[in-house]
Amino acid sequence: MTHRFRDLLALEPLTADELGFLLDQSKPFQEIQKHPLKKLATLRGKTVALAFFETSTRTRISFGTAASRLGADTMNLQAEASSLKKGETLLDTVFNLNAMKPDCLVMRHAASGAPHYVARHLDIPVVNAGDGTHEHPSQGLLDALTIRDRLGTIKNLNVTILGDILHSRVARSNIHLLGKFGCKFTLCGPAMWVPRELEKIAPGTPIRCAYGIAEALEGADVIIMLRVQTERLNDPPLSADDYILLYQLSAARLRLANRDAIVLHPGPINRGIEITPEVADGPQSCVLEQVTNGVAVRMAILYLLISCATETDTHPALEVKPKESASATD
Amino acid sequence: MLLIKSARVLDPASKTDASLDVLLDGEKIKEVAPTGKIAAPQGTEVIDASGLLVAPGFIDLHVHLREPGQESSETIETGTRAAVRGGFTAVCCMANTKPVNDNASVTRFILDRAKVAGSVRVWPIGAASVGSNGEAIAEIAAMKDAGIVAVSDDGKPIATAKLARQVMDYCRSLDLPVIEHSEDVSLAAGAVMREGVTSTRLGLRGMPAAAESVCVARDVQLAELTGARLHIAHLSAKASLEQVRLAKSRGLRVTCEVTPHHFTLIDEDVQYDSKFKMNPPLAAREDREALLAGIADGTVDAIATDHAPHEPALKDVEFDRAPFGILGFETALALALEQLVESGRISLMRMVQLFTAGPAHILGIERKIAPGQPADLTIFSTDHAWTYDVKKSPSKSRNSPFDGRSFKGAVVATIVAGRVVYRIP
Repeated sequence: MTHRFRDLLALEPLTADELGFLLDQSKPFQEIQKHPLKKLATLRGKTVALAFFETSTRTRISFGTAASRLGADTMNLQAEASSLKKGETLLDTVFNLNAMKPDCLVMRHAASGAPHYVARHLDIPVVNAGDGTHEHPSQGLLDALTIRDRLGTIKNLNVTILGDILHSRVARSNIHLLGKFGCKFTLCGPAMWVPRELEKIAPGTPIRCAYGIAEALEGADVIIMLRVQTERLNDPPLSADDYILLYQLSAARLRLANRDAIVLHPGPINRGIEITPEVADGPQSCVLEQVTNGVAVRMAILYLLISCATETDTHPALEVKPKESASATD
Repeated sequence: MLLIKSARVLDPASKTDASLDVLLDGEKIKEVAPTGKIAAPQGTEVIDASGLLVAPGFIDLHVHLREPGQESSETIETGTRAAVRGGFTAVCCMANTKPVNDNASVTRFILDRAKVAGSVRVWPIGAASVGSNGEAIAEIAAMKDAGIVAVSDDGKPIATAKLARQVMDYCRSLDLPVIEHSEDVSLAAGAVMREGVTSTRLGLRGMPAAAESVCVARDVQLAELTGARLHIAHLSAKASLEQVRLAKSRGLRVTCEVTPHHFTLIDEDVQYDSKFKMNPPLAAREDREALLAGIADGTVDAIATDHAPHEPALKDVEFDRAPFGILGFETALALALEQLVESGRISLMRMVQLFTAGPAHILGIERKIAPGQPADLTIFSTDHAWTYDVKKSPSKSRNSPFDGRSFKGAVVATIVAGRVVYRIP
């Protein structure tokens, strides 16, 4: 079975089959991360434009590393250097980048839906590297890959997400991916950050909001921590002490979850705020595996999108027998 | 002279629904009589309106013509050319121009431009406060002398309850309606659509319905305190409508308008496309149901378009950055026919009332088809099929969510002061 992807803007519209395919495609690239020589020639001669209209360190470096390990060149636009500050519109900036003939545009932007808007005007593939408070598709994929590696499956798990869910693009991508594999979600945090509307954002996926951490952790197989952003702590005003008191993931609280529960965090971590160092560095934490898997997932994304966009016939490497697909192995 | 023959005349003010001929002489209606009974003098131009409906000229209580100051988005000329296509014969233009219409010289400028370039009657609305800044009361009396028909700080509410109270006191003595864009700006701050499942799913910041209804409650109570004529602009929330219903039941002089986009679309229709961005934002499904019920039961007094042009350079940006507002003139009647009449919710007569006698009453004037009345008429069809192509609009802007939508029912001709200013091609 093969899939063709034009853009990767969000995980919400993708089927379980397509998502499983993307995860399976990441496997060989995971292997490459272990090799002493990591560089491939697969995308030699191709150029990936990295346009980060919102500052980012980890995701930008991860996409850049993914591109270079595939043999592609990159062109970089960073928020500081952005001509948006000089009054240029997003579309003009993107058209200028596109005029340098990249084969793919990876973009991060503070406005939800900005990649969708750009993709409507471009004929090269667009990858959403995080848009506002909407989605962060590559993060959702790398989280799923990490969970599957650790627990052997991403099916029918109890997933607890802790923190500022309302403003989290990571949470939405997690829900839209894992929800399609039968996972149940408990969203937990201060009520202002966990509105009840979240329970209905993914019809068919059981989602409940909980405001006490003990109840939220009970029975959890996977705990996804979200970074508590200091700017969010200001609106609404909430003291860090209050947050720590109610929602910090400590070793004692972690014991309320299933014994082999794993802890994910998209980073960067605020040690001592949302998570204690003991948990962040403990055996249940997957934080650094997530980062390693991030490169593999992004290699798969770039490879698939650029191949789909440039090959008229399906590339032989895209063919996956149904047996090997995620839905069959999980 | 101009004779409109064999029309079905719908005139809510006189409760007329009959096949009549209407003879216009100059700027006035000369005679109204059963079909065939008028002996028009030689040389009279005749419009055969058989199979068509003739209504008093439509009045739009809420429009933005962007002149002076934002002529790249719209001018009095282009805006009123779009208005005639929607059957409007008079439009009330909001004060948030550049400069703000907060003094008589700006009012006179608008009226002078309208005389030269306007296709319809342009009735300016003056700002309630200087610069619409919510600090000092504007020169309302001088503007009234110059020709304003109401006051409003539209685009935002009158900033404080204290000032709103003072404006209402003052306008009561001047017998002017106060039009409120009721919004609690702290609840709405930073929001780009209505708060709900859709805003949560899309990751777009939402404002709750209460951002509107909290302020409607404030304004209604101040109307009670002052006895002012209060008109709630572009009402969108069920809870706001309930406040208006209660106010009316208590005999207060409180009225409200609803826009075609709020009775047609809901928040679930919003996509990452700024043509779905307006303020108040598209509301929840249950709000739309409540608006439709309010339109049917008489709580809603008028349909107003809130025609809000923004040139593509401003509007064609990220959803978060785009200004609020959409075009409204050309699709208003067709949407009303489709959503209100075709669906069986209200009669044609009630729909015509919402476009004519309703807004006229709010302005304290009369609109009817009778001898001596202004010769402003809107002739429309309920079955003419057409598709809206915003690229062909006379407006300078293109921000309509209804571009490409097919309709049944259209404006056939618009007559202002006895002159045919629009005829369907």
